[in-house]
Amino acid sequence: MAVPLLYAVLSGFKSTDQLSRNPIGLPDPWVTSNYTDILGSGSFWQLVGSSTIIAVGTTVVVVAVSALAAFSFARFAFRGREVLFTLFTMGLMFPFAVAALPLFLLLRSIGLLDNPLGVILPQAAFGLPMTIVVLRGFFREIPAELEEAATLDGCGPLKFFWRILLPMARPALGTVSVLAVVGSWNNFLLPLLVFNEPTWWTVPIGVQQFQGQYSAEYARVFAYLVLAMVPALAFYSVAERQLVGGLTAGATKG
Amino acid sequence: MTSTFLPDKRSGPDVGPPPPSPGPGRGRARRRARHWLTAVGFQVPALVLFGTLVLLPMLFALYASFFRWGGFGMPDDYIGGDNFTRLFQDPVFLGDLWRCLLLVGLSLVLQLPFALALAVALNQKIRGRAVYRMLFFAPYILSEAITGVLFSMIFAPDDGLADHVLGAVGLDGVGGQWFADPSTVMATLFLVMTWKYFGFHMMLYLAGLQSIPAELTEAALIDGAGPWQRFRNVTLPLLAPTLRISVFLSVIGSIQLFDLVWVVTAGGPDHHSETMAVTMFQYGFKRYQVGYASAISVAMFGISLVFALAYQRFVLRRDLQGATTTMRGGGA
Repeated sequence: MAVPLLYAVLSGFKSTDQLSRNPIGLPDPWVTSNYTDILGSGSFWQLVGSSTIIAVGTTVVVVAVSALAAFSFARFAFRGREVLFTLFTMGLMFPFAVAALPLFLLLRSIGLLDNPLGVILPQAAFGLPMTIVVLRGFFREIPAELEEAATLDGCGPLKFFWRILLPMARPALGTVSVLAVVGSWNNFLLPLLVFNEPTWWTVPIGVQQFQGQYSAEYARVFAYLVLAMVPALAFYSVAERQLVGGLTAGATKG
Repeated sequence: MTSTFLPDKRSGPDVGPPPPSPGPGRGRARRRARHWLTAVGFQVPALVLFGTLVLLPMLFALYASFFRWGGFGMPDDYIGGDNFTRLFQDPVFLGDLWRCLLLVGLSLVLQLPFALALAVALNQKIRGRAVYRMLFFAPYILSEAITGVLFSMIFAPDDGLADHVLGAVGLDGVGGQWFADPSTVMATLFLVMTWKYFGFHMMLYLAGLQSIPAELTEAALIDGAGPWQRFRNVTLPLLAPTLRISVFLSVIGSIQLFDLVWVVTAGGPDHHSETMAVTMFQYGFKRYQVGYASAISVAMFGISLVFALAYQRFVLRRDLQGATTTMRGGGA
């Protein structure tokens, strides 16, 4: 399971010439220029930067909007609630590829192509169903007594939401945020459609382009791949618990 | 006034909370209206976002699928169901359906049992199991693009790791074209998919296994059940709800598969690894047959929806009534 990853790391330390003569063994000598060249060039950091901006933007939008909606689903009884909730849960089944084409046309007509918002807003919209379902479940578990006490102390709905519910729901917010970051970071189709110019390319797009550009220089491509993996794996090792918890909760509840 | 936002969890979905004091009818109606506005007010941002960027495009795809349309201006050449008639005579699309079934079948027969076996193994108290868990799950974190590029290098003809390993053990002739050969491309692709996705299913199963109360397995052990009997008669039935979810996600994932295929083969050679989403992309963004591509989108959605509804109706429904669920709920 780890062999492909290990192979990529080691191959990155070889020269392309060395790689074809000695594909499996340890590098001899260890060539570090593949890695340092990429880290020294601005384009790699630009990819990481724009992936980060887009991931953070998506996460802020989807969590904020979902938290409001989930609050209303969890704590209010109102006419039309079940219809709306069914609408959102049906969204769990909408394959993104189905909407890709008309979404592209829509983004083109409102001028959001080559604009980070053209990726952030659709990603947030498609993340809503899952986020709402998870947060609603969590908000429901906060005891009604707390709400009564807050109401007696003169708390309106918005104040209760902001001052009491959100701080209490911090673990759940963490979980859905981690899911949103990972989803955004790995998204390929939408950035591929939206970004024609390299200015806002994200890591997955950059990796694919780099392979096309340096297809003959295997060792360089391996080094690039390894560096492109680092942010995701680093984030994973920090956020592992939140991520796994979110996936299993979302999968069994959705 | 503020008390109106207190929900009554026991009442039905559309019943508002009782008014705090008996008052004239008009005041009560106004209070209810205000309550409704507050509740729905919180939904507005979500509805706007979801409506414009998810529902609207979906509905538009449905509309556009009835036109011959190149994607510029508004569609005006109405052709009724012709796109759909064409779709079900298109050998590429029929091939997509066949490949989708093939991937679903392979996943159910090979990938998921493999994930289950590893989950059961990692649920034992073995040395370093946390490390194994991280290792097996790590590929799931990597984007499809990175995975795709990595494996297109590993399976590169002649120079790739796969051919070198086979050559080193004296199997020179076995490898070869991998992704470039119509007869091996799907098998190789499936191998990559398994590497990438089985960790996710394994994690689901691990979570499921951990919600099974240890007393049950212990009781079976005392009754003299062997390892296989314990697995077959205790673990498996109690894991059934998790398995059903995992199968569901696996099938839906196969229907929608795009990124990995696009990066590795772009559907080639000669359509032999094309999926529905790739075909849609080819027609919509490369050949500007947007009307026809919309019809493919609609078909994909229809297939997902029919499968999801049927699955919910015939398979998942058991989870709402069977004894397994009550036990699982009690144990969780």
